[in-house]
Amino acid sequence: MGAGSSWKRFRRRLRYWVERSERPRLLSEEMEFHIESMAQDLVGQGISERDARAAAHRKFGNMTQQLEEARFTWITRWMSDLAQDLHHAFRGMRRDAGFTTFVVLIAGLGIGASSTIFSVVNALLLRPLPFHAPDRLVWIANVEWSTQVGVFLDLRERNQSFSNLAGFGVYGVGDSKLTGTGEPERLTSVPVTQNFFTLLGVQPMIGRSFTVEECQGSFSTPPAALLSHGFWQRRFASDPAVVGRKLTLNNKPVMVVGVLPASFDFASVFTPGTPVDAFIPWPLTDETNRRGNTMKVIGRLRPGATVQSAQAEFTLLAKQIWSQHPEWNGISPRLSPLKQHVSGRVSPALMLLAGAVGVLMLIVCANLSNLQLARLGARQKEMAMRTALGAGRLRLLRQMLTESVALSCCGAALGLILGVAGTRAIAHLDAFNLPLLASVRLDGDALVFTVLAAVLTGVLFGLLPALQVQSFAVGEVLKDGSRGSSGGRRRAWVHNGLVVSEIAFACTLLVGAGLLMRSFLRVLDLNLGFQPERAAALRVDPGVRFKSLEQQNSYIDEVLQRTRSLPGMRAAGLTDVLPFGGDRAWQVSGEGQVYPKDRHPESFMRVVSDGYFESAGIRLQAGRGFTERDRASSEPVAIVNETLARTLWPGQDAIGQIVTQDGGRRVVGVVADVRHEALEKAGGSEMYRPMRQTADYSAMNLVVRTVLPPERLAAGVRAALRPIDPNLPMSEFKTLQDLVDQAVSPRRFLVLLLAGFAGFALLLASLGIYAVISYSVNQRVQEIGIRMALGASAADLQSRILLRTLGLAALGLALGMAVSRVLTSALGNLLFGVTPGDPVTFIGMGALLIVVAAVAGYIPVRRASRIDPMVALRSS
Amino acid sequence: MGTEKPKTDLLPGTLDMLVLKTLTRGHLHGYAIAQLIQQLSDDLLRVEEGSLYPALQRLELNGWIEGEWGVSANNRRARFYRLTSYGRKHLNAETARYRQVTGAVARIMGFA
Repeated sequence: MGAGSSWKRFRRRLRYWVERSERPRLLSEEMEFHIESMAQDLVGQGISERDARAAAHRKFGNMTQQLEEARFTWITRWMSDLAQDLHHAFRGMRRDAGFTTFVVLIAGLGIGASSTIFSVVNALLLRPLPFHAPDRLVWIANVEWSTQVGVFLDLRERNQSFSNLAGFGVYGVGDSKLTGTGEPERLTSVPVTQNFFTLLGVQPMIGRSFTVEECQGSFSTPPAALLSHGFWQRRFASDPAVVGRKLTLNNKPVMVVGVLPASFDFASVFTPGTPVDAFIPWPLTDETNRRGNTMKVIGRLRPGATVQSAQAEFTLLAKQIWSQHPEWNGISPRLSPLKQHVSGRVSPALMLLAGAVGVLMLIVCANLSNLQLARLGARQKEMAMRTALGAGRLRLLRQMLTESVALSCCGAALGLILGVAGTRAIAHLDAFNLPLLASVRLDGDALVFTVLAAVLTGVLFGLLPALQVQSFAVGEVLKDGSRGSSGGRRRAWVHNGLVVSEIAFACTLLVGAGLLMRSFLRVLDLNLGFQPERAAALRVDPGVRFKSLEQQNSYIDEVLQRTRSLPGMRAAGLTDVLPFGGDRAWQVSGEGQVYPKDRHPESFMRVVSDGYFESAGIRLQAGRGFTERDRASSEPVAIVNETLARTLWPGQDAIGQIVTQDGGRRVVGVVADVRHEALEKAGGSEMYRPMRQTADYSAMNLVVRTVLPPERLAAGVRAALRPIDPNLPMSEFKTLQDLVDQAVSPRRFLVLLLAGFAGFALLLASLGIYAVISYSVNQRVQEIGIRMALGASAADLQSRILLRTLGLAALGLALGMAVSRVLTSALGNLLFGVTPGDPVTFIGMGALLIVVAAVAGYIPVRRASRIDPMVALRSS
Repeated sequence: MGTEKPKTDLLPGTLDMLVLKTLTRGHLHGYAIAQLIQQLSDDLLRVEEGSLYPALQRLELNGWIEGEWGVSANNRRARFYRLTSYGRKHLNAETARYRQVTGAVARIMGFA
């Protein structure tokens, strides 16, 4: 039946609803016409005009009611009922302003936290990467490191799985120096292959991408550059005319050929925590091939190919390339979907946060349920009266739910404000080493989520009280003073159950937060191998290319001498790589050692000057450090860390041994291992070469150790170095502590949020206990009065109620602990240095909860003990 | 709701059918519909206004009739109703159903 289809009916209804102010007027006009016609006919039958009119009106009956009925036909019953309930709810809210404020605040905080976390999860896990068809993009790692250019070219040539491969080369933060107009500045520019942007499906906002010719020159003198949107805004005030202009990068002219769109945030996807300013061509030539493993590779799958099939193909290809090019570094390809590579690392933490916020919302609901129940106690008579007047059970249930949903929606309004503030704050955590953080925002998805969360919260916290309403027996309640009835006892059960579950939930959150907090402290406590306190670093790359090692060494001498002569300076040294910085690695061997190629020891390569170990606080374990006398003319030497010494010369003294790489170098010292990759990960093998004996480094960082906080010396260092290079950009004077902070930032992020949730949960649980105890005290004023009149002492009463409180807390605690013990074993890698059942955390958090419960219960108990028996007994 | 008993002696549901049937004669306003039903039934069936207007609303909501404003014979603004094609279909179905029921009743009562 077409016309009767519910959709069409709904549309007609909706039209009526839209025209609802107009319709009754029209209907009444229609009826007026009817009455008029009727009256005229009567007049025609010979009745006087007045009588006829009166008769017609009489016959027509009550017009208002007719109008009502017509309206009733159109606007379904529920709609008008809803309006009525809402009206009622808002009237009730105004009446109980205190209750309302409280509920809105609690629901608002809970919903705000939920929508914030949802926005983070949405940005980091759910939303696709901001590229064209991102699910076809694959990250191709060499185990977990970089790939050599020659290997890349061969893989690209031979594979059948990918429509194309692209990549970007290694780079250092602040590798390029921008001089010329304006303040000199160090830029971070990422070298990318010519097809990089095309492969991702990114078009420059202004200008064009790199041409093939631009990608064939020398890597060190790029002819062209593309600017990131952020840098373009910051440095050039979004001036489109910058495209086509020449900039001076590292003293060479570089043409700006384009600006990338704001939607393309390279840094937040590939290098979280490190903003990227520009892109330069990465030529796939012999020059770049010689640099070793330098490329990060991504590929776009051909239709039909999968990551698994591509992995199988690449494993095979790697073996072939390996046997055909023994002179190249090998590759053990590990393929993963790009999305997984980008956010896989943070997904356990995000899942944990999502779970935590879910538990938090349950506590919020339990708390609000309890409040609503308590308030219901005061409204029993109202409800009973409504029932007596003919309100159906369902009608009352709906009214209660409407009230609670209306309340939680008000909370959601507050929550949205908090959510916007929260997501803004999170999106601006630049220094946090988390991918895609900058794209966190409260968007349409989050809005839908918030509305759903609000409705769900409303239903969840309103349902229990609403069901309770039905159990009120009309007669019983309407009779005055029927307290302590069986219904009341059942309600007490519900109250207690809610409080116990609140405590249990809060307990799991506290234990989880506690474990992660302890892990965090453990991580901070780690022996990093260097001492970040009172140490700072600064890029001091020379403005010109050195023609000889002598020229370079006199520059080094000058820099170190000038720096060391500053007051308050304890040590100064140079290094090419700062902690948590580079991953340049070589295959290394001792003299006379032969290793199978697939099990060849590899070591990170560092180039440092004398004074570096002292300034970074890296302990010398044996032999000597580098000195000013380790120069181009003296014997080539090297220093190894303990791991490398153990690897190459197990059970022997490493001092005096020869490493075969770089023309053979004699080991003169052994230093402590430095955690270079991540705090939680022990550092691998490292080999240090003296900076005065090589030009094979791409950055020069001055590391200073000072007596005073290093920030105070920034100006001094700047002034001291200005005569050497007036163009030295001085913007960043980074303390080593900053580097550590950034490395622990994901953990800090997790711990901060989780601790916040746990604190909120604890507050809610204590409020819950307080509410229930004071409710029960209020309900039993008479009983208490009688007891006291019969001689019970105040202390007696206090301890009775307090014991009851602690009983509830203990029950909740036991449940919570049991659940926590199960859940914490799922924390896995997020824990560091503590077991999932860490007794210190469990006992500590348990004690904290008991104390808080006791305090929350004690306040109403004190009030109870001050009850005057006579007043209490007279009051009813 | 505490509404009064139906003011018509018609069998329940027949009012809708009668209104629809009346409208097969053309566009009519509410008063004309009531008058026509009364006349055609030789004053036997009287349509109470209290039932007529809710019925018209109901029929319109179901899409069986459509109302539009026009000018009456005495030159006043009035709302005229028109049978839609769905309404015609519904009327046919109702007529058939009604014929069956009344036939059955008549057989039992021994009229046939």
